[in-house]
Amino acid sequence: MSDSPPRPSGMPVISAKGIIVRYHRRTVLDVPDFDLRDGETHAVLGPSGSGKSTLMRVVGLLERPTEGSVSLDGVAVDVGDRRARLSMAAVFQNPYLFKGTVEQNVAYGLALRRVPADERDDCVARALDRVGLAGTQRESALRLSGGEAQRVALARALVLEPRILLLDEPLSYLDPLIKRRLVGDFSEILAAEGVTALYVTHDQDEAMVVADRVSIMREGRIVRSGDVDEVMGVPTSEWVADFIGMDGSLCGRITTAKEGIAEIAIEGLLVYACTDLQPGADVLVGIRPEDVTLFRTADGIPASSARNQLHMRVDTIEHMGSTERVSLVTNGLRLAASVSRASARELGLERGVEVIALFKATAVRVAPAHGVPAGV
Amino acid sequence: MEVFWKAIAEGTRLLAHGDPYTYGIIALSLRVSGISLLIASAIGIPAGYLIGSRRFRGRSLVTAVVNTGMGLPPVVVGLVVYMLVSRSGPLSQAWTSWLGGIMPRILYTVPAMILAQVIISLPLVVGVTLAAVGSVPMDLRLQARSLGASGWHEAALTIKEARRGVMAAVAAGFGGIISEVGAVSMVGGNIEGSTRVMTTAIVLETNKGNFGKALALGFILIGIAFLIMNGMTWLQQSGGRYER
Repeated sequence: MSDSPPRPSGMPVISAKGIIVRYHRRTVLDVPDFDLRDGETHAVLGPSGSGKSTLMRVVGLLERPTEGSVSLDGVAVDVGDRRARLSMAAVFQNPYLFKGTVEQNVAYGLALRRVPADERDDCVARALDRVGLAGTQRESALRLSGGEAQRVALARALVLEPRILLLDEPLSYLDPLIKRRLVGDFSEILAAEGVTALYVTHDQDEAMVVADRVSIMREGRIVRSGDVDEVMGVPTSEWVADFIGMDGSLCGRITTAKEGIAEIAIEGLLVYACTDLQPGADVLVGIRPEDVTLFRTADGIPASSARNQLHMRVDTIEHMGSTERVSLVTNGLRLAASVSRASARELGLERGVEVIALFKATAVRVAPAHGVPAGV
Repeated sequence: MEVFWKAIAEGTRLLAHGDPYTYGIIALSLRVSGISLLIASAIGIPAGYLIGSRRFRGRSLVTAVVNTGMGLPPVVVGLVVYMLVSRSGPLSQAWTSWLGGIMPRILYTVPAMILAQVIISLPLVVGVTLAAVGSVPMDLRLQARSLGASGWHEAALTIKEARRGVMAAVAAGFGGIISEVGAVSMVGGNIEGSTRVMTTAIVLETNKGNFGKALALGFILIGIAFLIMNGMTWLQQSGGRYER
């Protein structure tokens, strides 16, 4: 329902500067600079209590920060600025459907915007169709299943055609099956609507599916922010690496570079990566566990296009449901590999077993060491 | 047991024959308690919303005062109102000087009875409303705000969500005043045709030894209270099909 003129893509729609939130003298949020760019889905990722929901409430003008300011299109706005709030809509962890029918819920924001009743009906029907709940208008909103309720909550926000959509852990209450289905739907809907979205979650898989950019939060601060592949691929600190499921952060230096393939020296080992960075550059390197394939050394290695073959030793094995997370070590370099339980059994993986870790140069994420903030 | 059957028969006869005395006191009872309840609800529901939904310094104290008020003895309320509105009352001088020498003559009138009943029912309406509003999750209001709700919209939605509790608050307020006798008899004076209501009439008939008539009026009062409370319960429960 926003009547703002179209904006060039990528420009900040919302900027938050010098944000500090204190509860009873305890600082729960300290974010010097945060922006949400036009048309992007920006995921804010972090463990429980890291301040990500507080950041969303501040950016969404639902909570006044103790210090700092928020601006919309470069104009300072505040919690009391209802016009600014009317350009946003939120979906929370709990769908918080109101007593009444599905239709009354989805039409709630439209009624607040004084959209005529007949026009409202059409908008509601379209929004429900968009979230796969066509024809449920007359049903009681409070008798829906968890997945349906969350879809209604999404429809209730999308029907407003907000410029900014705020999503606070919208899938965390749902069971894994519905969650998997909905995360794909959310991603599709956000892309199709072209809406600018702030997506708060503690689930990195969810963030990787929906987001263009990611900010990782810890103890009220943003410790890593950037393009989703870069942030999720190149940890800048042990904590960030641990949080995104990688085994430590790797620091190295590019020794040679030829035809887009760089040779990076890390802890006395050489790793090949696809990067435009030049020799002499200090870099941070990340290899996602799912990109690493393991071979037993006794088996011999078939011819492969993977340029990286490291002789390593199994340090620990962690059960992760249907997969095993194998922590590997050599010369002080640590790496994680994700293998199925069946593969781990067939390879006879256990602590101390020698293996060869295979991964492609394209699977190695590289970022300049000076270009990213040091993690906390 | 016979006396009860006779009382029921007498009550039915009074109503069936359109006894002007009986209908007069029924009408006055409903008028006094109805107006009192309207005033108490108009003040008490918003006050209950504000206390129940806002976090402010002294909120616990205010809540404790309201809860104490829910147990105010009507006879004490009657006494205070009497002292306020009686020309010779110890509180009337301050009150009169505050009004610039004008002393409203409302003792033994319907307005005095309404004033007393508002004071009795107000804490009941506020107390139950604030408990009902407090049970609506704060995040639900945040959700409404995030969809563009103003403060008024938020209040309307919260009261709608707490509708059952708010209706219980109104019912509690009504129950507290339709059956009270202490305050209305002190400030109303039980004047026939002017300030006599059901409860004061029952006391009078009892004092005169007319137990049958007193009991008949008592049954009529219970019947009226039952009908009104039933209506309120219906309102409270309606829309239940949209709830869990």
